[in-house]
Amino acid sequence: MEEHQEAGKEGKPSSTAVDLHGDSSLQVEISDAVSERDKVKFTVQTKSCLPHFAQTEFSVVRQHEEFIWLHDAYVENEEYAGLIIPPAPPRPDFEASREKLQKLGEGDSSITREEFAKMKQELEAEYLAIFKKTVAMHEVFLQRLAAHPTLRRDHNFFVFLEYGQDLSVRGKNRKELLGGFLRNIVKSADEALITGMSGLKEVDDFFEHERTFLLEYHTRIRDACLRADRVMHSHKCLADDYIPISAALSSLGTQEVNQLKTSFLKLAELFERLRKLEGRMASDEDLKLSDMLRYYMRDSQAAKDLLYRRLRALADYENANKALDKARTRNREVRTAESHQQLCCQRFERLSDSAKQELMDFKSRRVSSFRKNLIELAELELKHAKLQGPPGTPCQGAMETRSWGNKGGTLAASLAIFQCQQALHGKVQDPELGTQEQSSRRATTPINPGTDPTQG
Amino acid sequence: MAAEREPPPLGDGKPTDFEELEDGEDLFTSTVSTLESSPSSPEPAGLAEDISTNSNGPKPAEVVLDDDREDLFAEATEEVSLDSPEREPILSSEPSPAVTPVTPTTLIAPRIESKSLSAPVIFDRSREEIEEEANGDVFDIEIGVSDPEKVGDGMNAYMAYRVTTKTSLSMFSKSEFSVKRRFSDFLGLHSKLASKYLHVGYIVPPAPEKSIVGMTKVKVGKEDSSSTEFVEKRRAALERYLQRTVKHPTLLQDPDLRQFLESSELPRAVNTQALSGAGILRMVNKAADAVNKMTIKMNESDAWFEEKQQQFENLDQQLRKLHASVEALVCHRKELSANTAAFAKSAAMLGNSEDHTALSRALSQLAEVEEKIDQLHQEQAFADFYMFSELLSDYIRLIAAVKGVFDHRMKCWQKWEDAQITLLKKRETEAKMMVANKPDKIQQAKNEIREWEAKVQQGERDFEQISKTIRKEVGRFEKERVKDFKTVIIKYLESLVQTQQQLIKYWEAFLPEAKAIA
Repeated sequence: MEEHQEAGKEGKPSSTAVDLHGDSSLQVEISDAVSERDKVKFTVQTKSCLPHFAQTEFSVVRQHEEFIWLHDAYVENEEYAGLIIPPAPPRPDFEASREKLQKLGEGDSSITREEFAKMKQELEAEYLAIFKKTVAMHEVFLQRLAAHPTLRRDHNFFVFLEYGQDLSVRGKNRKELLGGFLRNIVKSADEALITGMSGLKEVDDFFEHERTFLLEYHTRIRDACLRADRVMHSHKCLADDYIPISAALSSLGTQEVNQLKTSFLKLAELFERLRKLEGRMASDEDLKLSDMLRYYMRDSQAAKDLLYRRLRALADYENANKALDKARTRNREVRTAESHQQLCCQRFERLSDSAKQELMDFKSRRVSSFRKNLIELAELELKHAKLQGPPGTPCQGAMETRSWGNKGGTLAASLAIFQCQQALHGKVQDPELGTQEQSSRRATTPINPGTDPTQG
Repeated sequence: MAAEREPPPLGDGKPTDFEELEDGEDLFTSTVSTLESSPSSPEPAGLAEDISTNSNGPKPAEVVLDDDREDLFAEATEEVSLDSPEREPILSSEPSPAVTPVTPTTLIAPRIESKSLSAPVIFDRSREEIEEEANGDVFDIEIGVSDPEKVGDGMNAYMAYRVTTKTSLSMFSKSEFSVKRRFSDFLGLHSKLASKYLHVGYIVPPAPEKSIVGMTKVKVGKEDSSSTEFVEKRRAALERYLQRTVKHPTLLQDPDLRQFLESSELPRAVNTQALSGAGILRMVNKAADAVNKMTIKMNESDAWFEEKQQQFENLDQQLRKLHASVEALVCHRKELSANTAAFAKSAAMLGNSEDHTALSRALSQLAEVEEKIDQLHQEQAFADFYMFSELLSDYIRLIAAVKGVFDHRMKCWQKWEDAQITLLKKRETEAKMMVANKPDKIQQAKNEIREWEAKVQQGERDFEQISKTIRKEVGRFEKERVKDFKTVIIKYLESLVQTQQQLIKYWEAFLPEAKAIA
């Protein structure tokens, strides 16, 4: 089961329980990553007791292109035609983030130093988040390979893990990219052709069902992923909006001489906290929802590819049958036609069997991943209720204890707002009579103000 | 700050509750305790000496238990349409009639309805204020602007608003009455009041701004959400405008205002049209004023004025900045709401195509949760806007009016100064005539001197008067400002709390579904 990376410590994302089907004979992880000017260097660490390897623990440094090379090697390998090849990790893309940082640096002078510092902080956090995500994606790719009973035994995989030196794999140049693009077009045309081919009927209901399912599912999950991204983006914009508001409120507060002073200052503080909370909610959603959807979009594409390969094999089989019949009628080259047909038949059946298994695995993987992420999403949103909630809150009982790095949660916001209200209430006075704190009469707040919801 | 909340609907005994209001009990005790889900004995909202606002909106629900929060908005809507909960009875007043009929505007979808009612109905009837007025006048008047109706067709169409007044003041013939007014009537009222009072130093609240684009859309008959929003925005702005105007003790006495509120037919104020002769004249005057302001160098003998001017200048800048940021916030929240709705839809579709039943159900639930959240965001955006953003823009315009008043004082000073200079010249002339010994000219000079002496005295008196008035006005303005802001801030905070609470509820409901995925 693949897991998504936790926002763990810097540079060393720790993966939570990767289920290797109980088999720990090959453990792969990315123990470190360094972001250089325009590339990222991953340190891939392997722990294994397999006889094939020279040592039990070793690491190498790899770049993104080498991951892609590995992925392509799997895809092009006929032996794995019946398997779902784990989708390749996306290229690390810091462009957008870098641009924003740059723009901020040149930025306009109308923002105060505080605002500038905050915005810079936000952008740096964003950069860091993207970095962690890309590390996670690459790690998950490797871990899935290591977990798969067949794929883990690939020679290229061993080379990738062990070979100390640079694999000298350059990124695809334009011709190759174009080639890849054309191949995709040819593939989809081929697929259309095959399905339209007369006489080709799907013998197995299971696959028929899977095909229709996957086609629809893939489109919809792609849609959902796009929109989830937009939601996250809006959340981020919102969080960023709080920065100038908070700044304006504090300058208003400092200028006021009357009792509005406290109000404004407190409100400014509140907005600052709200900003952090909104930012966290945005990144929670990003991790748990968007990323998951994105991953399964790619995975379902890989599943579709598998189905295509099987279909191709079926078509080949049919063709071989026809050729055999023709040869028999003409009574020429029957032997070759027969052996060819045999081969095709075997191949087809092999593919069908493994495809079935793979697709069922895909389904259970998907379901459990969704489950985990949806639960985590809901819990994160509620998290603070468990830690801060006053006794008797309905949500308290319903939650397991989880301690995530960031203490998000909507009740943190409520707490922040309450504290602000309390403060405002304490100074209720007519300006003419001067400010008198009604602290003696202030009711004690049942919510413990001592716990800082912004910690962590 | 205070108790914008009324004593919870304990059924009866508003007067008895009123006693307890002496206690400056922390308003939010009740809110806080409800959040604990403990059935708080509904503690009466503390009336600190300050305001008691008659706010519509989620208030009554606060003392209700947590579970009932679901019905929050249903309640609020209901409550308001029944006329908002009783105001606190004011000490010296006669039994006042019931309440501000801020009826939900019918053009707007129900969802927006409850929000329009949250638009701050800022209304003071605190004992404090009355004592301060020190004139025993019962400040007992409520104004509502409601029921925008489109009258006419095509480019000559206009929106007519119902202005309802409830009062027990003796100067009005009836205690409850309503009239139909259109936007230009409001502008006409403002221009009349401004021409009478601005130059003597009274801060006349400015009327809402014209908007050609907005009005054209309405005239053309586009029945979409943006034009309904525009109408609602305008209605709320007009209401706030009238409420601020009647709060002003001097303006309240004005016959024009009374006529505006009372008489069924009002002469059409054509001078308010932008392209009319009067409009052009106004623009020319404004330009002239601006030039004059630059040339007048006043010897400020009173540091108070300089200080205050500086203060208002700073405040203006800050408010503008804040306003711009809040507008961005509103915009983004609306975007968030739209995006969330789109996501909800695609999540639902995904749930449909998912063949694992439990997961499919969970995804549909997720879609529902997201849809509800989208609604929440939209409501919050409305709150952001109607409470926060509109308050800021109101005050930006009010401060412009304040600055205008200061300018008038400067002009007044200038007049006095000029009179003094002229007097000096006349005296010189007289002296010259004396030397030249021309008896008839001397007489003339003496007359002129007398005339100008009178003018100088008048000028000095005017200046003193305007300075005094301004001091009082600014004092009043500041008090109002503090009250307004505090009220709105607290209201806004509540809306934020509400949103958070609802979010919690939704996610709590979703969690078991997610766990149920087998």
